[in-house]
Order: sequence, then C-alpha cells, then structure tokens
Amino acid sequence: MSNYTSPHNLQLSSLERQFVLLTQSGLPIVAQPYQYVAEQLQITEADVLAMTTDLKERGIIRRIAAVPNHYKLGYRYNGMTVWDVEDEYVSEFGQAVGRLPFVSHCYLRPRHLPQWNYNLFAMVHGKTTQEVQQYRTQIKDLLINVLQVRNDDSDHGIKLMTNDILTSTEILKKTGLRLKR
Amino acid sequence: MDKSSRHAHTELAELSLLDKRLINLLQRGLPITERPFLEIAEQLNSSEDEVLERLNHLMSSKVLTRFGPMFDAVCLGGAFTLAALAVPEDRFEEVTQQVNSFDEVAHNYRRTHHFNMWFVVGAESEAEVNQVISDIEDKTSLPVLNTPKLEEFYVQLYLPA
Repeated sequence: MSNYTSPHNLQLSSLERQFVLLTQSGLPIVAQPYQYVAEQLQITEADVLAMTTDLKERGIIRRIAAVPNHYKLGYRYNGMTVWDVEDEYVSEFGQAVGRLPFVSHCYLRPRHLPQWNYNLFAMVHGKTTQEVQQYRTQIKDLLINVLQVRNDDSDHGIKLMTNDILTSTEILKKTGLRLKR
Repeated sequence: MDKSSRHAHTELAELSLLDKRLINLLQRGLPITERPFLEIAEQLNSSEDEVLERLNHLMSSKVLTRFGPMFDAVCLGGAFTLAALAVPEDRFEEVTQQVNSFDEVAHNYRRTHHFNMWFVVGAESEAEVNQVISDIEDKTSLPVLNTPKLEEFYVQLYLPA
C-alpha cells in the first residue's frame, strides 16, 4: 500500500506540468485568475477551467484555497500528538481522530521499537498551550480503549508511554515542496 | 513562557468581520469558475471589487501566505517522508546546518522531545528519499528515525479567524 510514491495513473501531461509549474507559487488575486493562466499557457480560459476541474477530480489538486499565516491569526502553538494504537484498530480510529475539527493532519506511520512506539500522528493547533493540551485530552478520550499499554523496556532504559506531544519551538527550514523544472 | 518559535511574538492581525469571513471561506476553497471572487462576494453580501481589495490587502500584510491550487505533493510525482534525529544539544546548530544543506529537506523543525529535530524529505523517487536519509546518517553520524506515511486519514489545515 505504498502511497509513499505516486501511482502511474496520475501522471501529468506536458501541459498539466506547465500548469503546475506556473501556479504552484500561487494565482493572482484578480477578477479572472484563470484568464491570467490562459494567457501564460496560450490556451483558452475555458480550457484552463476544464483542466483545473479535471486535476481536482483526479485528486492532484485538493482545492483552490488560501493559506493563512497561523501566527497572524493567533495560532501560536502547535502540537504533533503521537499515539500507540493497537494495529487492528488504527484505521478505524485514525479516521475518527481525523474528523476532529482541530486536527489538521492525521497519518499512520511505522513504529521503530524500542525507540519509537507511536504509529498514529495527529497535528493540532491552538491559540494557547492550554488549548493544545485540551485537544490532546480530547483525542485521548477518543482513543482510550485502543491504546497499547506496553511494559517498560528496561533493557534499553526507555519508558514507553501510550502517547506524547511534540511541540515545535523553532522553524529550522521551510522551503515548501515544489515540482522542479 | 516558553522560548517558543521565533514567531511567538508576531503581532496579531487586526481583522474586520469581512476579513474573517473571507479568510474562513477561502481556506475551505473556491469554486472553479471564471469569476470565483464574484461568487464569494455574493455569499458575503459584498462586491467583487471589495473582496479583491481586501484579499490583496491580506496578502500584502502577510495574513494570507498563499492563494491558489493546493496540490497533493505525492500526486505530483514525488516521494516523501517525515524523519527525525535525536541531536545532542551541543551539536544542535552543526547538525541543523548539515541537515538543511540537503535540497531535498523541505521543512525542518525543532521539537520538544528526545527526538528533537523533525524534517520532511522530498525527492523524485522512494529510492532517492532513502539515499538522502542514508546520506544524512553519514554526514551527521546519527541514526535517522524514518517514518513515511503508511495511510492518510485527514489533511486539511483550517484555522478559523
């Protein structure tokens, strides 16, 4: 189930690739943004709209949207909450966690025992540390019956907990993922 | 207070009710039509001109960081992983430079944990991603915790203004 790499049926045509390269840094905020794309690609506006709709239906475009600066809206605190969920329940409960309104990303990832026993990652954002802690509690309430309680691995001197929260304290690099020319 | 991110003291934006409603609507997504802002204006009992003026203002004051198609990075034909290092505090700066020197490292954050450095590696193929991980191990002499996503349950950042 490697969605770690892209399936081949999602290959881009050469025109679609040009569209991605042109728009991955953004669209102009003007009355007819697709007209701008049409001029750049030398095709009609109707063709750009059709291509955009098609890319969205294929899941290559998630949506046409704006991204706010967290900090300017007062969301100063984020937490990567991580959970050790029993394997047979992780898909069902992962989806439930993903549906919580304050969770922005939720993934199943591999454990690396004994150093890392968490397999479910859910990112939360809040305006105060208390708010972020409260979200962690809400997720815990939801997962309480499917969390794996492990005996401490005394050989490695590592205490394995059922969950943890990793708060970011500094951005060390942020260049964004880009399709290369 | 924590010594939190360097953004911890970024000043809060002053937003009108219209600004807030615009930010909330636009995070959810626009219709794909010739004049998307006209439809948005109608929903908000505003005018297309006013919506465009406010949005350009929100972009120039950096309340909004980007407007446009949100691409699924994996669908664009790449391979990605989230990885971590447990960096000794006295080597933190050195290792930050070593990790950031790879073009394939897109994001890198310091986090509060024994694994205190978390970064995203993106490349053309899974083999290339694994090569970068191995190169990072060689360069830093530290073992990388590699946690590629196995299943995605939800991805959409929505922050109500």
